[in-house]
Amino acid sequence: MALVNLNDVLSFTGNEEDSAFDDAKSSCMNFETSLNFKLPTFSIQNLSDVSDIATAPVDFLKQQMSNENNSRIAIKKGTTTLAFVFQGGVIIAVDSRATGGAYIADGGVKKVIEINPYLLGTMAGGAADCMYWERELGRRCRLYEFREKERITVSAASKLLCNIVYGYKGMGLSMGTMVTGWDKTGPGLYYVDSDGQRLKSDLFSVGSGSTYAYGVLDSLYDYNMSVEDAIELGTRAIYHAGHRDAYSGNTVNVYHMKKTGWEFIYNKDINELHYKYAAEAKPSTLS
Amino acid sequence: MPYDPHPNHEGFLNSVGSPIQHRFNPHTDNGGTTLAIAGKDFCLVAGDTRQSEGYSINTRYAPKVHELSNGSVLATSGMYADSVNLVLNIETRLEWYKHKHNKTMSATASAQMLMTVLYQKRFFPYYVFNILGGVDEKGEGCVFSYDPVGCYRRETYQAHGSSAALIQPFLDNQCGAKHQNIKEELLTLDQAMKITKDAFASATERDIYTGDYLEIFVIKKSGVTKHKFDLKKD
Repeated sequence: MALVNLNDVLSFTGNEEDSAFDDAKSSCMNFETSLNFKLPTFSIQNLSDVSDIATAPVDFLKQQMSNENNSRIAIKKGTTTLAFVFQGGVIIAVDSRATGGAYIADGGVKKVIEINPYLLGTMAGGAADCMYWERELGRRCRLYEFREKERITVSAASKLLCNIVYGYKGMGLSMGTMVTGWDKTGPGLYYVDSDGQRLKSDLFSVGSGSTYAYGVLDSLYDYNMSVEDAIELGTRAIYHAGHRDAYSGNTVNVYHMKKTGWEFIYNKDINELHYKYAAEAKPSTLS
Repeated sequence: MPYDPHPNHEGFLNSVGSPIQHRFNPHTDNGGTTLAIAGKDFCLVAGDTRQSEGYSINTRYAPKVHELSNGSVLATSGMYADSVNLVLNIETRLEWYKHKHNKTMSATASAQMLMTVLYQKRFFPYYVFNILGGVDEKGEGCVFSYDPVGCYRRETYQAHGSSAALIQPFLDNQCGAKHQNIKEELLTLDQAMKITKDAFASATERDIYTGDYLEIFVIKKSGVTKHKFDLKKD
């Protein structure tokens, strides 16, 4: 069978001036199909005859990671993250729950990724995708500092991340991240996702519980609020998301981005917050 | 009339008339449970040795806890074939690191390395849930828990595999002092051993994929010791 294939490709014609071709031709003249022994060829299989993995890697991976598949690769999903700019910098607040289907895989996830002392990223979607690429972003930002002798802007850093994930578009990466920081232009806040979208705004919330968080943020957000009030607002928004969204919960992590870089504020248990808020007087509506 | 294996030639329909889907499924779950607990100056890593596929037990002794050449221990659950290749890959990297830097890789460095190794196969993952146990630079026990594509975190205790949902809440209570009015403290080796044995004995009672033997590795600064115990074999 193999010899038959070899004989099929006798029509090979090399460049007359190609010395390598001449060498090959002269060194094996005594064979009938000599050239093919010296310059072996191989046939490429028709891709549609091979497995799914060769024909449609993206479909294949999606199927492997889907919830319907029994031996699925459970990707940790479900989140509430938020960040907003105000007069005192940026507040970043996130929950800490990781779920694989209905199972709470981890209740103490760090969803704020410390890229460097002036840059933070948040984690929503595929946990490993966020963790790996924001680590890679940190490396590239450090290289930028060496080259340019100054810190990278939040705008440039977020665009680096955006361009990386855009290169993988359609291949199944899953991340919705907010890149925040403080640079020469002041506080910065960008939203970057795995579709390759990059947005700039003063207020974002990402994840399955984001709608609940937006409800709280939109009604209470004020650019001129104090740092204490801003921290409380972030905590409250995550609390409400954790309370209503089954895929969010456990604890709240709050960070504050200032001129001097980020500061970790605290970690609070959402269950304890529930009883704290329940004991407080309810605000009067439409008064 | 000759026997026709495919009576519906048009599009290969099944008995109810819907098309049969043919799909290559490279990942399989071979069951089994792993667990790790970090202590003040030790780390305990354990796993059962049953290896199954569907309702069949392939073997009663296929160790899924591997002692690595840098003195840390890797517990793997999920697909056995992938785990074998993963350990091979890691061992190669540990060896190359040793030749390149003339020192063995620390537990924390190998934890970071494992993340990159797993993520490099992001688009055709190793179907393995890993727990890496070792002793860190300060001599304290460390446990790192991973998802199949490399998301990892340092923990003080962790269970993975078919009985994870049975054992993890037990560990939350016994190791993490959850829902108890006591302060969370690191366990002593004696306590950790007892909890591990109880966890596996109980999981064996309720999980068909866990059983046969229990292997416990205890990692200390001075080295690794291995213990083997019987579990129920039905």
